[in-house]
Amino acid sequence: MTAYLLYPGCSLEAGARAYCQSLKKVSAVLDFTLEEIEDWNCCGATEYLGISRTPAYALISRNLALAAMQANGNRTVIAPCSACYLNLAKADHYMAERPELGRMVNEALAAGGLSYTPGSLEIRHLLDVIVYDIGLEAIASKVVRPLTGLRVAPYLGCMLPRPDYNHRWSDHEHPVELGLLLRALGAEVIDFPLETQCCGGHMTQIGPDTAFELIRRLVYAADQYQADIMAAVCPMCQLNLDAYQDEMNHHFGTHYQMPIVFFTQLMGLAFGLDAKELGFGLELVSARKALAKIGVEAPEPAAAGPARPRKPEGLPVPRPLPMSPRGDALLRKGPQAAEEKEAVK
Amino acid sequence: MLGSTLVTDLESVSADLKLVENVGWLHEVSKATAGESRLEMCIQCGSCGGSCPAAVDMDHTPRHLFALIRAGERDDVLRSNTPWICVSCYQCVVRCPQNIHITDVMYALKGMAVRAGLYQESTAPDFSQTFIDMVEEYGRSYEFGLATRHYLKHFPLRLPGMAPMGFGMLSKQRMAIRPKRIKNMAQLDAILARAKEVEGRDGGEA
Repeated sequence: MTAYLLYPGCSLEAGARAYCQSLKKVSAVLDFTLEEIEDWNCCGATEYLGISRTPAYALISRNLALAAMQANGNRTVIAPCSACYLNLAKADHYMAERPELGRMVNEALAAGGLSYTPGSLEIRHLLDVIVYDIGLEAIASKVVRPLTGLRVAPYLGCMLPRPDYNHRWSDHEHPVELGLLLRALGAEVIDFPLETQCCGGHMTQIGPDTAFELIRRLVYAADQYQADIMAAVCPMCQLNLDAYQDEMNHHFGTHYQMPIVFFTQLMGLAFGLDAKELGFGLELVSARKALAKIGVEAPEPAAAGPARPRKPEGLPVPRPLPMSPRGDALLRKGPQAAEEKEAVK
Repeated sequence: MLGSTLVTDLESVSADLKLVENVGWLHEVSKATAGESRLEMCIQCGSCGGSCPAAVDMDHTPRHLFALIRAGERDDVLRSNTPWICVSCYQCVVRCPQNIHITDVMYALKGMAVRAGLYQESTAPDFSQTFIDMVEEYGRSYEFGLATRHYLKHFPLRLPGMAPMGFGMLSKQRMAIRPKRIKNMAQLDAILARAKEVEGRDGGEA
């Protein structure tokens, strides 16, 4: 049994509970253990780094220092969240690349009786460990309920394959790892062109219009490729596409219903585990219809909030071309021009 | 004859001085960046702007911003919305033929803009600051507090529209009403206080 250190990150206890639950179930099947870093703190996401330097890197590095003390010969830290993974890897990398930063951070850590030597830990994302340590063969051997017929759009987002300080991924823009894993589960994996495009990140909070357009592109593409479901590897991506999909639909007058779940949830399904225990039903865009395709009954969604009045045509059928209020004038020309031509005929 | 030579010399000296000043400002940005920024290596190819998924909302593309930095246009740069629109997707970073740490340069510029008080739009800096306040208070992020405080202040009119989503997140226990606090908050406080001292003292030199 292989043991790893785990940096869960704040979202695994809240927004991404389904990720946490399914990870625990899946790790038991695959026979590896995760030891949580004792008293870890927030990695600062993109906000702390965005406006301060030494404090931001000290915040991240407190986790590295605690993990290194706890390591006991086992130096691999797993982060299931892409933003946490990147921040931990970034601090480790930059403290070495720029020794002056390393000195400043360690001076700060010393105030808490801690220190960290860059390079003493190996920071890896959960997907990396699952694909490269556990291995696709071992995973395929545990599949008892192949996801046959389920069309899945693999969605990695940005911070996993980029900037990739430690060269862990097959490509920065079109890496194959997630697709291969999903295929090992028996799923029909679509060649999703926007696999590593941005979900909007924190723009849902500070510039919703920018975020809605980024969310729209992803959901639109997944829909065009007739995906039943999207598989995410990052709590932020999952949150933006799931929780804000309704808002995005409202913004553009579209009606997408594209469920997005964590890849560990799909692994659990293929391993024959119970859907509810894997956190299905916690998603806001229900995955029931997709799961029905593989004969799994998903738990009833919890009582939804006060429903917003829907337009009469409010069926989950996407319009042929969702419009953005800005910038899509060019797009608009195409089909409309074609329609006009038809009308003339 | 002699006079005109002198004038030319003075002009060229003053141009040189301006150049030195500009390089000084370029270095200042570079120094404020974590890691080796490599900003000096920019060849103005525009791969960054062409790769950026959010460029349409930026007042300057990253390439343009770097040209302004090189030209010493400090105020223009620090007033730009570009670093605040950056979504940290690192698309430009992996495509940059000069391996410039573009995202980290954007972070450095945000910090400089906040300190200089030049960026006028408050939504983005406020969000970062509110997030930081929560982390400094609890050691963890606190989404419910963050989202409500931020939306109340900046998008009160959007709140009714967000209500079903917030309700869904709460009812599915995907958002906690109460924050979590780490055990050794005193240790984190001490580390952050020292870090701020160090940044203030050595930040410009490092």
